[in-house]
Amino acid sequence: MAVIPSRHKTLALLGGVLLAQVLLLAVQIKRDSRGRLLRVWAVTAVSPFEKVGAWGVGKVRGVWTHYFALRSTSRENEALRIENDALKLTIAQLQTKAAEADRLAALLSFRQAHADVPMLGARVIGASAGTASRTIEIDRGERDGVRRNMAVITPDGAVGKVVEVYRDAAQVLLLTDKDSGAGAMLVGSRVQSPVGGTGDPMLVMKYVPTEEEVKVGEKIVTSGMDKIFPRDIPLGTVVEVKAGNPFKQIRVQPTAKLDRLETVIVLLTQAPLEFKTDTPNAAGTEQSDANATLPAAKSEKP
Amino acid sequence: MNQEYELRSAETHIEVHKFYPGAIVLLTAGALVFQSSARVYFPKLEMLELPLLVTIYFGLSRRNPSTGLLLGTVIGLLQDALSGPTVPLGFYGIAKTIVGYLASSIGARLDTEHPAARFALIFGFFVLQQAILVLIRRLLLAQPEGWFNAHLAVAAAVNALVGTVLFLGMDRLRRRS
Repeated sequence: MAVIPSRHKTLALLGGVLLAQVLLLAVQIKRDSRGRLLRVWAVTAVSPFEKVGAWGVGKVRGVWTHYFALRSTSRENEALRIENDALKLTIAQLQTKAAEADRLAALLSFRQAHADVPMLGARVIGASAGTASRTIEIDRGERDGVRRNMAVITPDGAVGKVVEVYRDAAQVLLLTDKDSGAGAMLVGSRVQSPVGGTGDPMLVMKYVPTEEEVKVGEKIVTSGMDKIFPRDIPLGTVVEVKAGNPFKQIRVQPTAKLDRLETVIVLLTQAPLEFKTDTPNAAGTEQSDANATLPAAKSEKP
Repeated sequence: MNQEYELRSAETHIEVHKFYPGAIVLLTAGALVFQSSARVYFPKLEMLELPLLVTIYFGLSRRNPSTGLLLGTVIGLLQDALSGPTVPLGFYGIAKTIVGYLASSIGARLDTEHPAARFALIFGFFVLQQAILVLIRRLLLAQPEGWFNAHLAVAAAVNALVGTVLFLGMDRLRRRS
């Protein structure tokens, strides 16, 4: 009986393992599977350690802030900071509304319609384990009412959307991820176009025609057309505009500090947010809607 | 069997190291937890690739290509699982399988105990891993991605430096003969 040399056995094992993983990749590419068991196990196993880490860091910070660094002052400061965060969100929304006087009625109508949108605070307990994706993990999950495709924001602006939900944790796809996107519009011109990530800290605004005038420094807010983010949440600022054919190349600095997230807000509703379609150019709205929903659908892919 | 032993060939005289029970599991778990947690508080640590460093270290130390590639597979798949749903299972798995195999194969032929040799090997394996990841993106996932840039060189150097220091500490987990 022929004896297989040890070196050949190892090479066969290497080939077998690589082939199995390539097939695994192929299966995932073909089939957009959800909630794979290995992910569930891995996240379930690691999230308690992440929670303990977050708890420990929080405790150490709390002891230092509240006992070593002037107890009453720090607490007052913390309360003011929370109030300030809330005011910043309100001011940002009000500034956008004030700049668009002709849309004031529609926005007020939206505000009244969604004044009691349920929200949930969450602590960031982890991030993606590699640089290939831009995700964070939060300490709220299915038991808290979190569901897939819920919008995640901070008082500064939009952050991303929930892509995986576990029992006590959830993963959020940041706007900067390559597969991420959100319906957006320029505050000044009201031009609507999706904004997506590139894997870098900057975002890109994708389908703005060359003939549209876009200025550096112009603010961008969510359009609400992706059915994930309510409209008029600050999204970013234009930092670079280049001519292109047929679309401009627009780079956007995110408003939220996506590389330094510690707490976020989950908008606890999956009901489609309906907005008044009182835009002068209805055809343009429809086209923007189609564009805006494209990245959201794409983000489902692995 | 648990004693340190030596791999002998015509030209080489290289030690194969054994570790205290649980060392590999604990270091692997620690690297993965650190990788997914530290970035939250220290974003600049993003460029560190601790799972890769653990794969290289045990590959070089144990010098058995079969266990090296299997350890790389496990670490890579766990890293995939913790990287969110946009990273398909097998992405880091394939890269670390190859790195684990090559590290243990090289470790079986060369003396890789000197810090300079370790620095060069980590640097090389980091670049190799990035090249494999780009290849997977381009060929299997149809996602355009650039090959090399200055950031990659800096990240490789930082990982090589940190890895060289970490390996000195991890050497203490070896069983003495």
